[in-house]
Amino acid sequence: MKARVHVMLKNGVLDPQGEAVKHALGAIGFAGVNGVRQGKVIELDLADGTDEATIGQMCEKLLANTVIESYTIEVL
Amino acid sequence: MRAAVIVFPGSNCDRDMKVALEQAGADVHMVWHKDADLPEGVDLVAVPGGFSFGDYLRCGAIAAQSPICKAVVRHAEAGGYVLGVCNGFQVLTETGLLPGALMRNAGLKFVSKTIDLKVETENSAFTSGYRAGETLRIPVAHHDGNYVADASLAARLVDEDRVAFRYSAPLNGSVDNLAGVMSENRRVLGMMPHPERAIDALHGGTDGQAMFRALVEATVAA
Repeated sequence: MKARVHVMLKNGVLDPQGEAVKHALGAIGFAGVNGVRQGKVIELDLADGTDEATIGQMCEKLLANTVIESYTIEVL
Repeated sequence: MRAAVIVFPGSNCDRDMKVALEQAGADVHMVWHKDADLPEGVDLVAVPGGFSFGDYLRCGAIAAQSPICKAVVRHAEAGGYVLGVCNGFQVLTETGLLPGALMRNAGLKFVSKTIDLKVETENSAFTSGYRAGETLRIPVAHHDGNYVADASLAARLVDEDRVAFRYSAPLNGSVDNLAGVMSENRRVLGMMPHPERAIDALHGGTDGQAMFRALVEATVAA
């Protein structure tokens, strides 16, 4: 089975990289980009039957730093 | 004083840290990240700068899961001293020994220069060799030194006198210009600037020496 974990900076945490991408989009002529937030997508190839709670532990312990990041799990 | 310097794949300030501690009179042991235990009788663990595990995933995240870091956490919980510099600071936040997190510099650029660093408290084994308010010249070299703490944490660190150092001028986006913060028991310090790179006249300055000397004195007296 496969799962996809999305890791995003929490709301309120300033994202310097997202800001830089926003400015770059403006600089190459795309008007109306009001905000950019940059995150990570992590694809996991897992033993069949791995439960979502276990994937949650993977996120809590390693894949996300929950001080500044939130995550969502998508089982594919 | 007996000190351990942790070595991860990608550490690059580990030997500088050893030299700085030895110069101050410490007996220094280098400890590989796969070791499960610290050498017997260690007073201080130093987590050095570098790019452990290539900074993959997040700076310090994978190092924080290594076997030796479990031993470092046990050492800290038992009241032992821990100093994390640069990548070592990132590792300590990832282990949870220090609060907050370190993100990409606000300017997105790697900063490598010698900066003015203000001592905020004398009340710790790390800073007792300085005067509060004193300005040191200490090198920085990092890409992810932007210290993030929410308003309540930042206020608590100030209220509890747990801010060891501040940048004299904004450098990397850190909240309140925080450059070094301590644990509640004041025995774990994480800082982005490199005191071990300011211990010899040939470095261009020796303002880092007083930290290592004070640490050795504190542990000899104990």
